[in-house]
Amino acid sequence: MSSVIPLLLAIGLGLAGWLVARGRAWRFRREAPGGKIPSLPIYHAWYAGLWIGLPMLAFAALWRGISGNLVLQHVLSSPDAGALPAFGLRRDAILDEARAVAMGLADRALIPEAQPLVEPFREAMALYNWIGVVVALLLGLVGAAWAFTRLKPNFGARSRIENGVLVVLFVASTVAILTTLGIFGTLVFETVRFFGMVSPVDFLLGTHWGPDPMSMTPDPARYGSIPLFWGTIFIGAIIAMIVAIPLGLMSAIYLTQYASPQARKWIKPALEILAGVPTVVYGYFAALTVAPAVRDFGIAIGISNASSESALAAGMVMGIMIIPLVSSLADDSISAVPQAMRDGSLAMGATTNETIRRVLIPAALPGIVAGVMLAISRAIGETMIVVMAAGAAANLTANPFEAMTTVTFQIVAMLTGEASLESPATLSAFALGLVLFMITLALNVIALRVVKRFREAYE
Amino acid sequence: MTGNPIVTPTRSPAFEARLKKRYAAERRFKALGLGAVGFSLLVLVFLLGTMIWNGLGGFQRTVFDVPVSFEGMGLTVMQTDNEGAAIRALQSQGLPEIVSFAAEKTLGEAGAAQINSEAWREVASAIIADPSVVQRGGTFALPTTDRFSTAYLGEGQAALQPLARELEAQGHVRRAFDFGFLSRADATDAQLVGIWGALVGSFYTMIVTLLLAFPIGVLAALYLEEYAPRNRWTDIIEVSINNLAAVPSIIFGLLGLAVFLTLFPTLRSAPVIGGMTLALMTMPVIVISGRNAIKAVPPSIRDGALAVGASPVQVVFHHVLPLALPGILTGTIIGMARALGETAPLLLIGMRAFVSTPPTGFTDNATVLPMQIYLWSDQVTRGFVERTSAAIIVLLVFLLLMNGLAIYLRNRFEKKW
Repeated sequence: MSSVIPLLLAIGLGLAGWLVARGRAWRFRREAPGGKIPSLPIYHAWYAGLWIGLPMLAFAALWRGISGNLVLQHVLSSPDAGALPAFGLRRDAILDEARAVAMGLADRALIPEAQPLVEPFREAMALYNWIGVVVALLLGLVGAAWAFTRLKPNFGARSRIENGVLVVLFVASTVAILTTLGIFGTLVFETVRFFGMVSPVDFLLGTHWGPDPMSMTPDPARYGSIPLFWGTIFIGAIIAMIVAIPLGLMSAIYLTQYASPQARKWIKPALEILAGVPTVVYGYFAALTVAPAVRDFGIAIGISNASSESALAAGMVMGIMIIPLVSSLADDSISAVPQAMRDGSLAMGATTNETIRRVLIPAALPGIVAGVMLAISRAIGETMIVVMAAGAAANLTANPFEAMTTVTFQIVAMLTGEASLESPATLSAFALGLVLFMITLALNVIALRVVKRFREAYE
Repeated sequence: MTGNPIVTPTRSPAFEARLKKRYAAERRFKALGLGAVGFSLLVLVFLLGTMIWNGLGGFQRTVFDVPVSFEGMGLTVMQTDNEGAAIRALQSQGLPEIVSFAAEKTLGEAGAAQINSEAWREVASAIIADPSVVQRGGTFALPTTDRFSTAYLGEGQAALQPLARELEAQGHVRRAFDFGFLSRADATDAQLVGIWGALVGSFYTMIVTLLLAFPIGVLAALYLEEYAPRNRWTDIIEVSINNLAAVPSIIFGLLGLAVFLTLFPTLRSAPVIGGMTLALMTMPVIVISGRNAIKAVPPSIRDGALAVGASPVQVVFHHVLPLALPGILTGTIIGMARALGETAPLLLIGMRAFVSTPPTGFTDNATVLPMQIYLWSDQVTRGFVERTSAAIIVLLVFLLLMNGLAIYLRNRFEKKW
């Protein structure tokens, strides 16, 4: 209740100020010579309404945050609080209980010691509620006084409002920067903490991965991340790309060079569906259908240790998921090759496929390479498919039929277990996240550079 | 220059052979392209086909038809709005025993043992919905145990299969469409699970995402496209938006875990935290598509408004934004569809709780539809495989509807200038 009242007050008073200011502006307008004032009445209304409402809302939010503590301080300084245990869980439980009863969330205190504190809590809450309401009202009145003393017939209310709007727009655009900084800051902060326990050399160059989530004293020999990066590259950058590059590239070539516009209109959106299927569905498909088939195939060709969770199954399904991405990026770069080059080649008597292979592809190669880099960055950041189909064993092997683990899998594994947020195993997930973030960032930046330079070459 | 006419060797046998080879290569190449497209589409059809094939069974469950009579049992129905209390009242009056007694009479002892232990709740709900059932009695479709259901479908334990065949021959057991799948929440028994809880959780999460990502995304797009000066700061904003759009989704989960859950430790598994995390992920998508839509509004619109005396803010909010809105909405819906199918970041921030009652607010424990699919996918019994596929069908239907709406909006409202 206590936080709703200032909110309602803010809206109510703001609305009142809005209406009064609008009425006053209309009067200004009628009385003004020529019936015109610099700003429309609606801007006068918003000027007053916002000056009254916003400070009150800001205060209400602030008060909601701090009033709980103020109430607690007040109760602790009362004589009834003398009987409380000095610290610990029991003390917190008593205080919570008394607060709940005072707020009317519970009928009576189950802990006997809490009962005498109920009344002080109730009094303190009432007191601070009143203080909150009074301060909010005062703020609203100050805002109103400020706004109404300035609202004169020749006042430029519109430009003030518009400046405010521009500030809001600017603030909205900085959210992206804050998010980027937030991601980078968190990852670096936790990684530095992790490197305080395990040295970066052991982490980056070790070949054995097997953290013990429960241990608070890390064994550096178990934090070698090479098998994870090998698994990530093997699944995301090798197997997935062996599937996605030929299929995606040939699809793009067929769609841009051979297919009729009618067929293209239908096939392209159908391919895009592959990109729109959620990754958890691919993961389930990989685990349920593809992985057993791959294992049976592996056993059939004589690989005895073929696992039911295999790098091959995860990588193949990931490749399928990436096809539309490769296809649409290759499509863009092939379409960007000037028509004159194609016409020139055809005029010299080359067949269509010779033109494509000898002229279009070489000319579009930088764009295609950039597309492949974007696809790789997408594949190595992919989580659900590997979580559901690639397995947990950190094997350093080139056998695609064995289970293999990836960076993303281990991030999930380290953070969804029972370990506390402070344990080295948990912190290692942030270090892995930082490496993943840097790699995908680098791939994207390079790819975008390549594309940009390539576009300029033909424009 | 009379005498020998110039004979160009264009049609020499060697040339003919070479040409034939080149044309064959051309045909092969074209077939290869068609094959690539065909294979991709085939995989798509196979993927969807597998899910539908498995999932259709997930909308059904195996039930026993058991006539139950309540004569002489003295059951009274509590007059209350609280369904849980009314069910508990019926339980304490011995309804579970009545139901298992009736089942024993119809199915025999072995059959009655395969009645789901929660089956009496179906009867209780029916009684509460229509108290006159107590006088009349009636035939109820009672769910079986998961093991029996598996056996009925011809898999799992061999020991139960003869019983299943026998009861089937007597006409007591059948597969029935399970409306409850769409109205229940998670459970430990595949015969009792439903996706309503996950749908509600997804709904709350998406609301939070939309309320945060849409205004911030649109305002940022307007700023960058219409007002931002060309300077270093603007470049930094643009670079960070483009990078955010390419960052793996799991990284957003790490951010949500380290920042949001540290600030609000009590809200683990709540839609509000999940929504905030997904909003950070969706916002760049909205900004990028929003900028393209705003760019597509021709400068003449702006010039016209400026010429009749509109201020720069009025130009944008009265003219540019309304014209760009269909494009912005299309991008927003596509971004929201992506957020709806997203699992990895929510996995990290702990939205993987077992939620057996649908959440009733933004701060309740909740799970979302893709997370429910992930949680069920760990279970290997036939019942859960079908349920998982059925949940996938529901998720895909939602995504299809959203994308269909986006395409409709684009075709209906987008202007070609």
